[in-house]
Amino acid sequence: MSTVTLASKRRRAALRTAAFMSPWLIGFTVFFAYPMISTLYFSFMHYDGFKPPTWSGTKNWTYVFESYPYFWPALRNTLWLVVITVTLRVLFGLGIGLLITKIKTGAGVFRTLFYLPYLAPPVAATMAFAFLFNPGTGPVNSILEKVGIPAPGWFNDPSWSKPALTLLFLWGVGDLMVIFMAALLDVPKEQYEAAELDGASAWQRFRYVTIPNISPIIMFAVVTGVIAAMQCYTQPLVAGKVASGVIQGAGTLFEPGYPEKSTLTLPQLIYNLGFQRFDYGSACVVALVLFALSMAFTAFLMRRRGGLIQAGD
Amino acid sequence: MTQVMDRPVELKEPASPAARTARRKALLEWIAIHSLGIAAALFFTLPFVFVFLTSLMSDDQALSRDLIPHTWEWSNYQKVFDTPGFLTWWKNTLLYAGAGTVLVVVSSIPVAYALAKFRFRGRNLSLMLVISMMMLPPQVVVIPMYLFWAKQLDLSGTLWPLIIPLAFGDAFSIFLLRQFLMTIPNEYLDAAKVDGCGDLRTLLKVVLPMAKPGIAAVALFQFFNAWNDYFGPQIYTSENPGAWTLSYGLESFKGAHHTDWNLTMAATVLVMAPVILVFFFAQKAFVEGVTLTGVKG
Repeated sequence: MSTVTLASKRRRAALRTAAFMSPWLIGFTVFFAYPMISTLYFSFMHYDGFKPPTWSGTKNWTYVFESYPYFWPALRNTLWLVVITVTLRVLFGLGIGLLITKIKTGAGVFRTLFYLPYLAPPVAATMAFAFLFNPGTGPVNSILEKVGIPAPGWFNDPSWSKPALTLLFLWGVGDLMVIFMAALLDVPKEQYEAAELDGASAWQRFRYVTIPNISPIIMFAVVTGVIAAMQCYTQPLVAGKVASGVIQGAGTLFEPGYPEKSTLTLPQLIYNLGFQRFDYGSACVVALVLFALSMAFTAFLMRRRGGLIQAGD
Repeated sequence: MTQVMDRPVELKEPASPAARTARRKALLEWIAIHSLGIAAALFFTLPFVFVFLTSLMSDDQALSRDLIPHTWEWSNYQKVFDTPGFLTWWKNTLLYAGAGTVLVVVSSIPVAYALAKFRFRGRNLSLMLVISMMMLPPQVVVIPMYLFWAKQLDLSGTLWPLIIPLAFGDAFSIFLLRQFLMTIPNEYLDAAKVDGCGDLRTLLKVVLPMAKPGIAAVALFQFFNAWNDYFGPQIYTSENPGAWTLSYGLESFKGAHHTDWNLTMAATVLVMAPVILVFFFAQKAFVEGVTLTGVKG
C-alpha cells in the first residue's frame, strides 16, 4: 500500500518538475543542444546555403587555420581584448567603486553620472565615440590640439584603434562600479579598525583587508569580463565601419576589422565567413573555437570554491 | 556611514593641536576625493554633452572644429523623425522589446522557481547548463539558427526569429530570478502548502507578490537587451529595412547622412534617451539586478 502511494507521489513530483521546467527544456534543446550539434556537423561540411551540404572532412579546419588571412589576427585581437581591456576595466571599475564609497557630498549624483554610460546602447555609444574621436573634426582632437598635444588618429589608425575601443569600454564601467561598491560596503568595519590599531597604513589596509574580502568579486568581474570580451562584436564592427566611412546598407561589403584588421574579433569572423562569404562550414569552425574558449572560462568560474555562482544547497 | 556620524563629535572637541591636524587632514582628504570625483564625472558625462551639443549644430558647423553651436537647431530632431524608416524602426524596437519582455518573464518564472525551490535529481546539472547557456556567445550557434529560421521556416526579414525564442525562457533571466527566489524563506511556501495551496497557486499567490522586485529587474534587463541588440537584427532583418530596429537602423543612418554628424548625433541621442529615461524611473530595480547577479550566490 504505502509503496504504491510513495511511487505515485514521486511520479507526481517528477511531473510537476517537468511541467515547471518545460519552457527551458524546449529552449535548451532547440536553441542550444541542436544548434551546437549542427555547428559541429557543418564544420565538416562544405555548405554555401544553396547547394545541399557535402562532406569535406577537415578542409574547413585547415582553411581557417592555415589560409584564411583573418583568423589569427582576429584571435590575437580577441585575446588582446581579453587580457588588456579586461584588466584595465577591472582596475578602473574597482577604482571608481572605491572613489564612490569615499565621496561624502553628492554621492547619489556622482553615482548616477558614473553609471549612465553603462546604459547607453552599444551602437549609440560606439557612434558617439567614433564621432568624438573622429580625427578631423571630433571634439577630442579639437581639444587636444588646442592644448598642444599631437592628436592621434584613433579609430583610423591601427595602433590607436584598440586603445580607443578600450576607452569606450572604460566609459561603460558602471556595472562593475555597482558590484564593487556593494562588495566594498560589505567589508566588516571591525577588520579595518583592528588593522588601524595594529598601525597598518592606508595601503596595507587596502592590501590586507580590502583585497582579500572582495577577491571573489574581483574574480567574478574578471571572468564575466573575459566572456564579454570574447563575444565583443558590435563596438569594433560599428567603430570600423563608421571610421572607414563605408555607406551602410543591406549586403554592403566592407573590409572587416578596419583599419588593417586591428578591430577584428572572432565573432566578426563568424559573420564574415557565414553571411558575407556564404561559407557556413568555415564559419562553424570559428564558432567552435569561440565555444571552446568561452566554455573553458565558464568552467573555471563554476569550479571556484566559495565561488559566486553556487549551485545551492 | 559611521565615519559621517562620528565626525561632529570630533569637531566639537576643543581645538587641541592633534584635533586640528586631524581636521585639516580630513578637509584635505575631502578636497582630494571630490576633485577626483569631478574629474571622473567629466570623463563620464562629457561624451554625452558633446554628442548633444553637436546634435543641435547646423550642417556646416557640425563639420567644423567648433564645440558649441552658434545657432541651436532644434529642427534637427524633427529631421531625424522625418527620415524614412525612423518611425518604423521605433515601432519595431518597441514590439521586440515589449513582446520579448512579456514572453521572457512569463516563461522564465516557473523554471526559476523550480530551480530555486524544488528538490529533484539533475537540479544542479540543470543550473550549470543554464549558466553555460548564459555564458555562450550568441555567435557560436548563429549559423544553424539562421539556417533554421531562414531556410526551414522562411522567416528571415521579420522580427519573429528574435521574438519566438524568448517564449522558452532566457538563461540570464532564469538565473537572475532564481537568485532572487532563493532569498524567499521556505516557511512561506510550507505555510501555503499547509493551507492547501497547490504548486501553481503557491507560485501565483505567495511567491510572485514577493518576487516583484526580481521580476522588475528581469523585465528591465530584457527590455534593454532588446533595445541594445545589434547582432540579432543584423542577422535576421538586414535584408528588409521595414523590420529593422533602432539599434540596427542607427548605424545605417550614418550612411544615409554620411557627413551629417549633427543629424547622426541627434539620432544617437534619440536611441540613448529612452533607456536613460526608463532608468530614472526604475533605478532601484536595475541596480538591485546588477548586484544580485554579481554578488550573491
